[in-house]
Amino acid sequence: MTNLLEVKQVSKQFGNFTALQDVSIEVPKGSIFGLLGPNGAGKTTLIRIVNQITMPDAGSVYLDNEPLNPQHVRDIGYLPEERGLYKTMKVGEQALYLAQLKGLSKTEAKERLKYWFDKFDISHWWNKKIQELSKGMAQKVQFIVTVLHKPKLLIFDEPFSGFDPISANVIKDEILQLRNDGATVIFSTHRMESVEELCDRIALINKSKKILEGRVSDIKRAYKSNTFEVGLLTQDNAGIYTTIQNKFEVAPADFKAIDDQLKMKITLDKDASPNELLQYLSNTGQVVRFNEVIPGINEIFIKSVEEHE
Amino acid sequence: MSNLKLIIKREFIARVRNKTFVVMTFLSPLIVVAMASLVIWLATLNNDEARKIAFFDETGLFVSDFKDTDTIDYIDYSKLPLNDAKDSVVIKKMYGLLYIPNKNTNKELASAIQFYAEEAPNISVLNALEDVMTSRLTHQNYRDKGLDLEMIENSKANVNIQIENFSGEKTSKMSSYIKMIFGGAAGYFLMMFIIIYGNMVMRSVIEEKSNRIIEIIISSVKPMQLMMGKILGTSFAGIFQFFIWVILGGVLLTVATSVFGLDQPQITGVDQSLILEEGSQEEIKLLFQDILKLPLGTLVLSFFIYFVGGYFLYSSIYAAIGAAVDNETDSQQFMLPIILPLVLAIYVGFFSVIENPHGTVSTIFSMIPLTSPIVMLMRIPFGVPWWEVVISMVLLIASIVFLIWLAGRIYRVGILMYGKKPTYREILKWMKY
Repeated sequence: MTNLLEVKQVSKQFGNFTALQDVSIEVPKGSIFGLLGPNGAGKTTLIRIVNQITMPDAGSVYLDNEPLNPQHVRDIGYLPEERGLYKTMKVGEQALYLAQLKGLSKTEAKERLKYWFDKFDISHWWNKKIQELSKGMAQKVQFIVTVLHKPKLLIFDEPFSGFDPISANVIKDEILQLRNDGATVIFSTHRMESVEELCDRIALINKSKKILEGRVSDIKRAYKSNTFEVGLLTQDNAGIYTTIQNKFEVAPADFKAIDDQLKMKITLDKDASPNELLQYLSNTGQVVRFNEVIPGINEIFIKSVEEHE
Repeated sequence: MSNLKLIIKREFIARVRNKTFVVMTFLSPLIVVAMASLVIWLATLNNDEARKIAFFDETGLFVSDFKDTDTIDYIDYSKLPLNDAKDSVVIKKMYGLLYIPNKNTNKELASAIQFYAEEAPNISVLNALEDVMTSRLTHQNYRDKGLDLEMIENSKANVNIQIENFSGEKTSKMSSYIKMIFGGAAGYFLMMFIIIYGNMVMRSVIEEKSNRIIEIIISSVKPMQLMMGKILGTSFAGIFQFFIWVILGGVLLTVATSVFGLDQPQITGVDQSLILEEGSQEEIKLLFQDILKLPLGTLVLSFFIYFVGGYFLYSSIYAAIGAAVDNETDSQQFMLPIILPLVLAIYVGFFSVIENPHGTVSTIFSMIPLTSPIVMLMRIPFGVPWWEVVISMVLLIASIVFLIWLAGRIYRVGILMYGKKPTYREILKWMKY
């Protein structure tokens, strides 16, 4: 798979403040990429560099194997985190204006806007002013303007903040559809759990440095500890627990269950097979729960930050 | 369409559609007319009211000289005792009491006359009184010394210097005033334009910033394009407004003349009578020649260049300020670099240039870019050597390029900074980002 976007060793300094330090990422064509990290990590600075709003102090950025140049502005659609619209301008007019700024002709922009407005069933907003609309409504207009010029690369900064769950789902589906049609998508968010299921690849950024990058499944595999959550129905919970404790690395677990069962987390050696554990457990009692503990992105983040410090 | 054109178009439409703009466009000519009428009316009101001045003349010399004028009514209290006269003036709320004591000599008398009043009297009133009495005492002195009054009157000469330049063209003495009015009006108008439209540029920047639409736009256009688009679009709106005023003024004048029957001859008649007081028929002819002789072509061209130049210079500063702050209240602390040179330029213009258009102060300030648009505009009607104008314009254009570049750097960083009131020091740092 070729990469649509390649960021190579980019650094950015604002006075004494280091916003980015030697950050490299690779975004494969047609993938959904998650740029994750806490507030102030440098995500927005990186996105602004890709959008050519800010120039990097060092390093280079390639879009479709070409060094970034002003023409590329038209290949990128960017929905910023802090987003707004002209309050006193009519919805249709400003959508047209913003589309034309992205290089669409007036007639083309009108046609495409009509398609999207019909799709979201908001055609009757055309002559309204933004100040008459709710925040969620304005976000829909902003989304349309972001994708209208059919960019190769779509960048969404905190895309789902401000949307109600229903609208958020509509937008999520539209983004997936755009990806299926060939666009490459970057999500940037500090709410890491919210996009991990959507992303093929992620990069974690903390305090101006990239600390982790790769396929979500690879990362999870690397960070899983061969730990299993077990629920066991026995005659003598305390006794059995002591017995198991002697054989395996066990920690008490807490999860919701209907009946009084023995709840625990059992960690195996790296190469050990869970089958042997399961066999042992089924001989000891009735296994009602047995599932592998897969670390969440938040846990992985915390772990990898600790590893780096 | 290129992005710059799109931005200019949007800014222009946004300005022109604004309700305040529409209202001001049509209301301000009316306000100006109303204000002017009010001022004229108040002035006449003030003049109508003649001041009552009582006099107590022990000498009896001046009684026949105190004749009522438009502004002063004289009342003779010489027959009353002095204290009664004073009381009476206070009770009747007269302007004051002029006390002329009896003295042995005219010389003594001249410095013994007193004026009693509640408040310090108006200078022009005092002058009028002094004139009357000086002339009477002078005549008295002539007579005492045995001089023939008539002979003295006849021997008085009245020198009236005729002004002519070296190529033999005559000019009127009024021409300085005309030049002053032309220059002053142009300079003042430029200052108003800079303040009003510069503020609009600033507000428009702040609006985009506080709306956060800047974040969306900035991924499509270069900050410099956006800033220039704003400055140009807003200035076109200003020129458009000016055009409407010119047309509106023309229509109003036509309507006024036809409705009130103030036909042309009458108006010129009024003008003539005003000028007649200043000089002879010959003077008027020269005056009109002078107006026509003003380098109108140069005047209009240089007005245009300094006008556009001055506006660009200042509105780029306004744009940078707008980008640096979050709201209009915060912008106050950065207004000094704009208001100070503007006020300075106007003061230099109205004091130094009028006093001495080609003096050192006027010349220097017509070179310094921040003050040159206004000061040079005021100097030009007096005839400025072409090389001075060229130096001043080159300096102006160079500093416009520099300031727009500098403002662009501040703008670029400022539009993406929120929530913090920046200091001058921080803004200096932004220039290096």
